[in-house]
Amino acid sequence: MSIDTERQQSGAEVTAPPVPSLVRAELPTWAPWAVLGGSFVVIGALLAATGGFSIGMLVVASAVVYAVATYVLSRVVEGGRKAADRLVTIVVTLAFLIALAPLVSVVVTVVGNGLARFDVEFFNSSMRGVIGAGGGGYHAIVGTLIITALAAVMSIPVGLLTAVYLVEYGKGRLARAITFFVDVMTGIPSIVAGLFAFALFALFFGPGVRLGFAGSVALSVLMIPVVVRATEEMLKIVPNELREAAFALGTPKWRTIMKVVIPTSIAGIASGVTLAIARVIGETAPLLIVAGLTTGLNFNPFEGRMATLPVFAYTSYAAPGVPREPYLDRAWTAALVLIIIVLVLNLVARLIARLFAPKTR
Amino acid sequence: MTTTTEKVIAKAPPKPVLQLGDRIFAGSAKGAGILILVVLAGVAAFLIAQAMPAIVASPADLPGGKTLVAYIAPLVFGTILAALIALLIATPLAVAVALFITHYAPRRLAQGLGYLIDLLAAVPSIVYGLWGVAVLAPATLGLSTWLNTYLGWLPFFAGPVSVTGRTMLVVGVTLAVMILPIITAVAREVFLQTPKLHEEAALALGATRWEMIRMAVLPFGRSGIISGAMLGLGRALGETMAVAIILSASGAVTFNLISSDNPSTIAGNIALQFPDSTGLAVNTLIASGLVLFVITLLVNALARYIINRRREFSGAN
Repeated sequence: MSIDTERQQSGAEVTAPPVPSLVRAELPTWAPWAVLGGSFVVIGALLAATGGFSIGMLVVASAVVYAVATYVLSRVVEGGRKAADRLVTIVVTLAFLIALAPLVSVVVTVVGNGLARFDVEFFNSSMRGVIGAGGGGYHAIVGTLIITALAAVMSIPVGLLTAVYLVEYGKGRLARAITFFVDVMTGIPSIVAGLFAFALFALFFGPGVRLGFAGSVALSVLMIPVVVRATEEMLKIVPNELREAAFALGTPKWRTIMKVVIPTSIAGIASGVTLAIARVIGETAPLLIVAGLTTGLNFNPFEGRMATLPVFAYTSYAAPGVPREPYLDRAWTAALVLIIIVLVLNLVARLIARLFAPKTR
Repeated sequence: MTTTTEKVIAKAPPKPVLQLGDRIFAGSAKGAGILILVVLAGVAAFLIAQAMPAIVASPADLPGGKTLVAYIAPLVFGTILAALIALLIATPLAVAVALFITHYAPRRLAQGLGYLIDLLAAVPSIVYGLWGVAVLAPATLGLSTWLNTYLGWLPFFAGPVSVTGRTMLVVGVTLAVMILPIITAVAREVFLQTPKLHEEAALALGATRWEMIRMAVLPFGRSGIISGAMLGLGRALGETMAVAIILSASGAVTFNLISSDNPSTIAGNIALQFPDSTGLAVNTLIASGLVLFVITLLVNALARYIINRRREFSGAN
């Protein structure tokens, strides 16, 4: 109603009271596109005229002009509320594109630089005795897989059980304390986890300790809270009716949890756990501190230094030998391999989620 | 009559039948929870134990011959500065991105876009670090020069402009890129949970989409936005590799974001110094790590406090 009052009043001054319209004027659907094209052309022409033409300037300036022009046009034709709506739509869409830009750039850069050494040799040779060109990241890949697998073996059971406790059993002070401290643990910086593992193992093995297993301990400190959080969220959204139905049939609580609650939420849990693995597999700082770096293969996480992909990439880039190029190339390839591993893990998570999802219809 | 029933109930509460499986399951679940508390206590205890030698040592023995406080204070400053820049850039952007995915993107695309953001949250920090120094740092040279020319009167852009681009500004932007997916993921989850009835009610009253979001979605998601931002802040505070690779740190305490004279951060400093340190230098670094731990702990505790208080007042739950 209030929408039409303005119109009525303005109409009333001119002639006899018009038939009150229930709709306001609207911009035709092609208008925003026309404005977008127009701003591109105008800005492009302006930039070309001033001689400062660059793709970046064109896109940024056109976006700004497009937003302002649409707002003004819509305000005149459609009124303030609709104009604000249009403006927000444009701003939100632009924000999404801005957010995507660096991420696309990351992938393009890593793939572009990493392909140079993405060859067989990278995957079947270590850096032992290699100076300059050649060599590869086999030892680092093995180290990353072993350390992450150990961390996952330690974190997943603890994380799952804690989440079950918090959602299904936890009442009172202990549960509140655990919830709080899991939140605190989520915020532990990775480097602090590394220092913790170092301090712990230095007690037993002396101050110069570097162990693959210590890296796993550091990673699981980072991983446990992520698993707990993800699982907890998933368990919480299991409808209570399902639990009550199981209880009503006389099912004991632990079987209810194992057969009803967890299967219902397994899709979400699997994807949460995989995301947790994907998060820690790229951790550099703790491994730099406690796992160190070596040029050769090491299959034993309880003995000596162990190379990992992120640390390998970091040291190759930050402290390259002479000549520099082979080292930088290997760093980029290590980064590429890491990204691929993360991608594959995510796809696997999706697949598991799809296969194990409860049949809802 | 009612009093007697109450009495009976109070006297003999019906004991639930506990099977052996129940007991084992409940016990192990509880044990896992307690283990987490033990681990966290262990983190604090071991850090304190290893930091002690540096705390009690005389300043002359510490690296640089300064007192421990004088050693750590500039690092704390750099840590907070970098994290705040990142948070300032990332939070509004992340909320907008989350809104786009949940309420603006075409339905069919929305899931895929959300999946994309999930993927990007998993890109390892070392990769962002390499990208920051190889792509972003050179790309910001023009922007830094422009900022220095036109906004040079602000202390942030006082210059002289770094020629390598390895500045605090680039670190802040890189960190923002890194924490953006985290904040987005959290905000998106909350926005999706907005009760459909609230949204439909707003639309039915004639609200435009933006008014609906302002009245129904944002109030409902406020605690989610805050918790997402705090998660992002935690990661930005402790982010190591991006800082270690990108920043050319001199240890100066300055708000100047575009010069080559930058304060280092706690985490970056540890990563750079630790591999080559021995003896008391290691203890000093662990002491600085302890400070970082305390800072992140305080940030998280504050975030929890805010979120819990909001939850109590929120009518949605």
